[in-house]
Amino acid sequence: MTTTGTEEPEPDRPNRANATASAVAEPADGPLSGGVKAPSRARIGWRTLRKDRYWLEPTLIVAGLSAWLLYGFVRVFMQDFYYVAEHHYLTPFYSPCTSTGCVEAAAHFGRFTPDHPLIPFAALSLPFLLLLRLTCYYYRKAYYRSFWMSPPACAVPDRHASYTGETRFPLILQNLHRYTFYIAVVIVLINTWDAILAFGGEDGFGVGLGNLVLLFNVVMLWLYTLSCHSCRHVFGGRLRHFSRHPVRYRWWTFVSKLNTRHMQYAWMSLGSLFLVDFYVMAVAAGWISDLRFF
Amino acid sequence: MTYDLNLRVWRGDASGGELTDYVVPVEEGEVVLDALHRLQATQTGDLAVRWNCKAGKCGSCSAEINGKPRLTCMTRLSIFEPGETVTVTPLRTFPVIRDLVTDVSYNYEKAKKVPTFSPEPRQADGTYRMQQEDVQRGQEFRKCIECFLCQSVCHVIRDHEENKEAFSGPRLFLRYAELQMHPLETNDHRDAAREESGVGMCNITKCCTEVCPEGIKITDNAIIPVKEHVVDRSYDPVVWLGRKIFRRSSDD
Repeated sequence: MTTTGTEEPEPDRPNRANATASAVAEPADGPLSGGVKAPSRARIGWRTLRKDRYWLEPTLIVAGLSAWLLYGFVRVFMQDFYYVAEHHYLTPFYSPCTSTGCVEAAAHFGRFTPDHPLIPFAALSLPFLLLLRLTCYYYRKAYYRSFWMSPPACAVPDRHASYTGETRFPLILQNLHRYTFYIAVVIVLINTWDAILAFGGEDGFGVGLGNLVLLFNVVMLWLYTLSCHSCRHVFGGRLRHFSRHPVRYRWWTFVSKLNTRHMQYAWMSLGSLFLVDFYVMAVAAGWISDLRFF
Repeated sequence: MTYDLNLRVWRGDASGGELTDYVVPVEEGEVVLDALHRLQATQTGDLAVRWNCKAGKCGSCSAEINGKPRLTCMTRLSIFEPGETVTVTPLRTFPVIRDLVTDVSYNYEKAKKVPTFSPEPRQADGTYRMQQEDVQRGQEFRKCIECFLCQSVCHVIRDHEENKEAFSGPRLFLRYAELQMHPLETNDHRDAAREESGVGMCNITKCCTEVCPEGIKITDNAIIPVKEHVVDRSYDPVVWLGRKIFRRSSDD
């Protein structure tokens, strides 16, 4: 092959020797053996070079979840101010109220669990609701990042010596999330029934602010429960042929839309649980009176 | 408008290296890769940087910018504060070759282990027929440009080199998910997803989704469905009982 014309000479390429540059001093901790400091990787002194406030989100999550758990713990073992007899308001923290210590009118499903200061009045529902949120795919992300710092933020080292994920006990039990979902559906149905019963107070049918708060909470609980990833899977996600199951496909499509906001519903339902419980407590304790519309 | 950018770039190879400061003239509207090219053209001709399309579609120019895995061609300089030093390093999960270029062969080795597509036989007229609703889930995964940012940010291997043997990573979970969801696929890949790819090691902290330049919902639409499929297969006693009693697959 022949070429015609004259090739331009290759221009002088600058190199490191003639660059105007200065090296940056690295931190004193020096190279380690694992993770981003493994021998084959680029030897960079800093564990992370992120300069943004990546610590803010995990800090807020720790604060938010801790505050909620503390409030819930206090309320569950308070064993008082959980029922407004006049308007039939029952807080979800005590539903279903099955303890022999429950007020009879609040015990819609009978009283048969022991009355003991260390046994919640809603001992049949609270452990499962706690498990639902503990094994929830969103909360897992939240507490793995914030409490366990595994990792605290993206591209920030988790600082744990070893890591096996969810392959061993006890974290392998996260795989049972779908069963907590099934149970949660039953419990939210009970919460819904409580909210309906609250429209019939001692003076018959009536609507007050408490009813709206109870309804809002039930809607939030349904949105959180139905937007669950396991729900999405069992309704249709496990299918290979949506076209052979049109009803399940439509359900899957609906749940998939909700699922995109699962995190928001997780926090909103925590907020609504706090709101409704505090409202019922405030009315039951006589701190405020319920605003009645009719 | 031209201004001077404070650019800090990691220079070196497997034997060692350092972050080096440069001042690079850049123009409004440019991206980090433009600055690297100008640096290479005017100050450091031996700077190693991998790139190709400059349009966010080839996945070649992956690096870490101010500590976060990103495509340098899709990172506008305007997102940084005026006067801010922009630090560019190679991906910190893979062995470095030189400067900003890393050896990403780990990902291709893992790709070799993904089972092959095994479709059902063609129909009498020689065609395959699929309904749109049956294939559309997997189409999202086809947007992957194999930039391996998700692999680089995944702490399972980023922070634990020893896990590379047992864990394939988010990019490969897209493949498992697509296979498991494909309407023509005849094989069951749930055991492979658990044993070969190590999906159980993922603790779904969603960093892969956060860094994906294609906006693929890797965690919600691929990893969690794969995990749930694995639960069907390995951890759900009721599904197991249903298969035994009704003698039918749970994934028809």
